[in-house]
Amino acid sequence: MTGRRARVAVVVFPGSNDDRDAASALAELGAEPTLMWHGERRLPPVDAVVLPGGFSYGDYLRCGAIARFAPAMESVVEFAHRGGLVLGICNGFQILCEAGLLPGALRPNASLAFVCRDAGLVVERTDTPFTSRCTTGQRLTIPVKHGDGCWHPGPDFGPANVVLRYADGQNPNGSIDDVAGVVSVRGNVMGLMPHPEHAVEALIGSTDGALILGSMIDAAHRNALAVAS
Amino acid sequence: MRATVLVRPKPGILDPQGDAVGSSLRQLGFAVDAAHVGRVVDLELEAASPEDARDQVERMCAELLANPLIESFDIELTE
Repeated sequence: MTGRRARVAVVVFPGSNDDRDAASALAELGAEPTLMWHGERRLPPVDAVVLPGGFSYGDYLRCGAIARFAPAMESVVEFAHRGGLVLGICNGFQILCEAGLLPGALRPNASLAFVCRDAGLVVERTDTPFTSRCTTGQRLTIPVKHGDGCWHPGPDFGPANVVLRYADGQNPNGSIDDVAGVVSVRGNVMGLMPHPEHAVEALIGSTDGALILGSMIDAAHRNALAVAS
Repeated sequence: MRATVLVRPKPGILDPQGDAVGSSLRQLGFAVDAAHVGRVVDLELEAASPEDARDQVERMCAELLANPLIESFDIELTE
């Protein structure tokens, strides 16, 4: 890679708990992460934004429903509307659905149990900024840990929105059509329940998460170069 | 003015809480065919008239209290 490193903001909500893991994984993969407090209105100059996992605002009312109105989200929504790369992981995915940046909604797991385990995934699309390092049909192993991951499609949903599915028999939450990750129509916003930031080092079981985060960093870097030139 | 908002999962939306409650009631011997679990939000608000109050609460539901994709809501106004 040439030029400066890709800058990625990780938004920290009260109750976020994977913000530092996300920042650590992004740094490990060559990006320059910046933690952004939810009360900040202005997004720093970045090439991508990550909404991390956790339990923002205690998951009160519905997961992500209150975080959606955090001051930081105004500039994140504006950034997404300008074509900026936004990745929501777990609670971040729930926030993006509540904010209307991604189709569908997330409900309590069909089992009513909190699930925390590795999940087998299948890559459905590789023509997105978040999966360019993957191959179509590739099997990934990335951990999930959530109580509300049962995704329901909305009326604005189409099959082209699906980027990741749980592998056969691996659906941990009852998600419709085994959907594990979706992308916006324009392709610049993605949400997924599995945690790629927890799967970037072989020491803890899998490096498949690096394919997702690394793809996003590649795209962020390309954007940065395009702006600089 | 007081208002009570009842938020319910829409028909056809997976409702594992309702299913679990229904199953428990059946185990207790009640002849329950189905149970659905929603949420109650009691509000005290300032409003010029009942119409104004209803209008405000409907906007609260649309913006925050219910997710129209998966939930329906009913509003009851009391003095």
